[in-house]
Amino acid sequence: MSATAIPPGTAVAPPMPDILPNVKPKRGFTGFLRRHPTIAIGGVLLILMLCVAIFAPYLWTRDPTALAPALRTREPSAQFWFGSDMLGRDVYSRVLYGARVSLMVGFSVAILASVIGLFIGLTSGFNRIADSIVMRIMDGMMSIPSILLAIALMALTRGSVQNVIVAITIAEIPRVSRLVRGVVLSLREQPYVEAAVASGTRTPAIIFKHILPNTLAPLTVQATYICAAAMITEAILSFIGAGTPPIIPSWGNIMAEGRALWQVKPYIVFFPAVFLSLTVLAVNLVGDGLRDAIDPRLAKRL
Amino acid sequence: MWAYIVRRILATIPVMAVVALFVFSLLYLAPGDPAAVIAGDQATPEDVERIRASLGLDRPYLVRFGEWVWNIARGDLGISIFTNLPVSTMIAQRVEPTLSLCLITLVLAVSVAVPLGVVAAWKQGTLVDRAVMGFAVLGFSVPVFVVGYLLAYVFALELDWFPVQGYTPFSEGVLPWLENLVLPAIALGGVYIALIARITRATMLEVLSQDYIRTARAKGANQRSILFLHALKNAAVPIVTVVGIGMALLIGGAVVTESVFAIPGLGRLTVDAILRRDYPVIQGVVLLFSFVYVLVNLLIDLLYTLFDPRIRY
Amino acid sequence: MDNRPVLLEIDNLQTHFRTMDGVNRAVDGVSFSVRSGETLAVVGESGCGKSVTAMSILRLIPEPPGKIAGSIRFGGRDLLKLSDREMRQIRGNEISMIFQEPMTSLNPVLTVGRQIGETLRLHQGMSAAKAEERAVEMLRLVGIPEPGRRVREYPHQLSGGMRQRVMIAIALACNPKLLIADEPTTALDVTIQAQILDLMRDLKTSVGAAIVLITHDLGVVAEVAERVVVMYAGKKVEEAPVGELFRRPKHPYTQGLLGSVPRLGSSLTGETSRLAEIPGLVPSLKQKIPGCVFASRCPKATDFCVAVAPGLELKAPAHVAACHYAEKEAA
Repeated sequence: MSATAIPPGTAVAPPMPDILPNVKPKRGFTGFLRRHPTIAIGGVLLILMLCVAIFAPYLWTRDPTALAPALRTREPSAQFWFGSDMLGRDVYSRVLYGARVSLMVGFSVAILASVIGLFIGLTSGFNRIADSIVMRIMDGMMSIPSILLAIALMALTRGSVQNVIVAITIAEIPRVSRLVRGVVLSLREQPYVEAAVASGTRTPAIIFKHILPNTLAPLTVQATYICAAAMITEAILSFIGAGTPPIIPSWGNIMAEGRALWQVKPYIVFFPAVFLSLTVLAVNLVGDGLRDAIDPRLAKRL
Repeated sequence: MWAYIVRRILATIPVMAVVALFVFSLLYLAPGDPAAVIAGDQATPEDVERIRASLGLDRPYLVRFGEWVWNIARGDLGISIFTNLPVSTMIAQRVEPTLSLCLITLVLAVSVAVPLGVVAAWKQGTLVDRAVMGFAVLGFSVPVFVVGYLLAYVFALELDWFPVQGYTPFSEGVLPWLENLVLPAIALGGVYIALIARITRATMLEVLSQDYIRTARAKGANQRSILFLHALKNAAVPIVTVVGIGMALLIGGAVVTESVFAIPGLGRLTVDAILRRDYPVIQGVVLLFSFVYVLVNLLIDLLYTLFDPRIRY
Repeated sequence: MDNRPVLLEIDNLQTHFRTMDGVNRAVDGVSFSVRSGETLAVVGESGCGKSVTAMSILRLIPEPPGKIAGSIRFGGRDLLKLSDREMRQIRGNEISMIFQEPMTSLNPVLTVGRQIGETLRLHQGMSAAKAEERAVEMLRLVGIPEPGRRVREYPHQLSGGMRQRVMIAIALACNPKLLIADEPTTALDVTIQAQILDLMRDLKTSVGAAIVLITHDLGVVAEVAERVVVMYAGKKVEEAPVGELFRRPKHPYTQGLLGSVPRLGSSLTGETSRLAEIPGLVPSLKQKIPGCVFASRCPKATDFCVAVAPGLELKAPAHVAACHYAEKEAA
């Protein structure tokens, strides 16, 4: 570029310095992860746990239910990495297999509660009569603390993983329904949706074109939180003896069995506790990251 | 004002009715034969029949529901299958420890969480903010019994600062009572603190961006007065609302905390009832907790006027 | 010649903000001064940096994401070098501010009396009772009927005009030397606007404060200002006494602004009564502009304007403008 000739006597404005460094944020996938580091950390942790659950038999484990009365309550060692419990079972193997129950309960409840809640929320968002009935029921159910609701349900059924999933799902449905209904009601007042209604677009078309796409983001975030809550509830139910049957190794069960000995053999409670906490943390971190990444106006609802 | 209060109280009746209907209907909705499940695997057919009769499962649903509601209205929650004592008597014996635990946790949580949330909002984006928010995620992620065991191991077993387990009634002195409840309250408070700190931060951030905060700063008000007078008062309604909603976490967590710290409260009663499949007791506890929960939230609704002069009934 | 002492002297003020996509140079090298008791208007379109300039004087810009550089001398001190504590003693006391939005600028959960009294308690150490007494006086001064009752009311119980009167009462409670009014009448009905302007003029004479009036309303400028600073895209492009500016605007931007004011009765003269528009858009402040900031919209712009930024030049007595082609008059 050639310098422009400046005639003498011309007033020229002095250049202004930069007082803030001009840092442009990175774009693309790496930029996204850099701006939302919690998704990256939580995601890696969660994938790790999924691998543990899937590949548990190949990770130097032995039969998690094999009894060895002669080798009871051994401290962690080369033979028993996480020690052995009061029946001589290998805590390491039990903890790794326990990841299966936790993750299965977490993901199943998240998916089931989201799908059913979405259906109920959409129905009551579009039908005033259904709304007044369904939301009354949801209000009532939400007045029962969710752990107590799950406990009451479990007290009437035989302990099994399926029943645990059903019980926690029922306890979580009202929250999802409320969320979806809220989104539907606020979207229905948007001018473009009102215009679609006024111009005679049929309800299913409105749902698929306008409502669902806008519901998906907050619903996904809510689902991650439900997944985290479900894993904790499963552990609590098992811990107090109202959850997964004792034969199946789950983190709650291992801790329940270690309970009697926790003052002398704290490691039996310690290892499943760490795995459970890390897994729930991973899911919560992903949820927080997603919440921050989606539209902040919708994020406020959560 | 009074008309509004009466109206609000009346509005909780349908909610409570739904709760009652739901808790009652579970017996009928449960897959299989609840009488057989409750009686257990070793029960004889006579045992199962006896339980069926005592639960009223042998009579028509509506008749039984009518009786049941009528009994509850008179304070009769039924008879325990295991102890044959009235459920209301069993509950009454266990109320104090749970009430103590919940109250102390409530006070502790609010007095820790609100300042934390305020400071996090003020120092948004800094290390302090990140530390508080990181603590909040941890609070949501580490289950209450894990925190309980950790605290008990470190502060009771290793350091011997507090008793490991147990409960001393209030009537035997405030200090022993408090001593036994410190660790359980901290353990139980974790999630609650996380919840309240988060909503406080979020609400404060929104309030701090309002024009009237700029006005206060333009007046020369200092940071403390801006945060705690100008902003916090405006943030009070959402915070108090979440404190009320969070009571559900508190109640659910109390069940577990009491088992960890061997506190003979309603939570222990519930856990024992589960192990014995004593459904009338579970039903009674669930009803009571739900009723308290609805009542607390009603009270909070009515308190809004104290915080925001724009709300008038 | 004006021989009142200089009260406020802003030199080379820069206020930048860090945003998601680069640095926003909201104010970039603005200088002007205000004399004691003078009324100075700062005008320009929205987004030209006039409000940010006003906020920068009181250091109400949150840092980060913002940053202020340059110097703001007030009563012999550089406000940008003061500690937060010293700055708080100036805010609301020696310099106070009225904002555009009376509806949202008052705290909804505190009584009017408390909000006026707060300033007095902060800066004059008044007791709560004394401060409320004085708050009633202030309300009477700004023309609010039944001040004894109003003082205990909350902002939502007052109309928009009354709220702006309350804002003025807060601002004037400590007899400030300088009052910064950021679009004080924009959000109000036309009839209320006139009342508020009258009130400000009356109070100015009785209190003796200098006023920096931030506005985009040239009618308001003509009515109350003595001197005018015209801003465009974060820069000062012209400054002149009000009469001079309206009669002989030098900068093409100012000429455009004045051309876009509807004149009363212009339709009767048979001329076209359409508002003149300045074509084009304000440039993004996130890029450095090497030449004249107005070049992209200027009817007289040349390649030279695009390449070389014009400096501020004395074009007539007490009249400066930043334009290569503005004619100079003999002094």
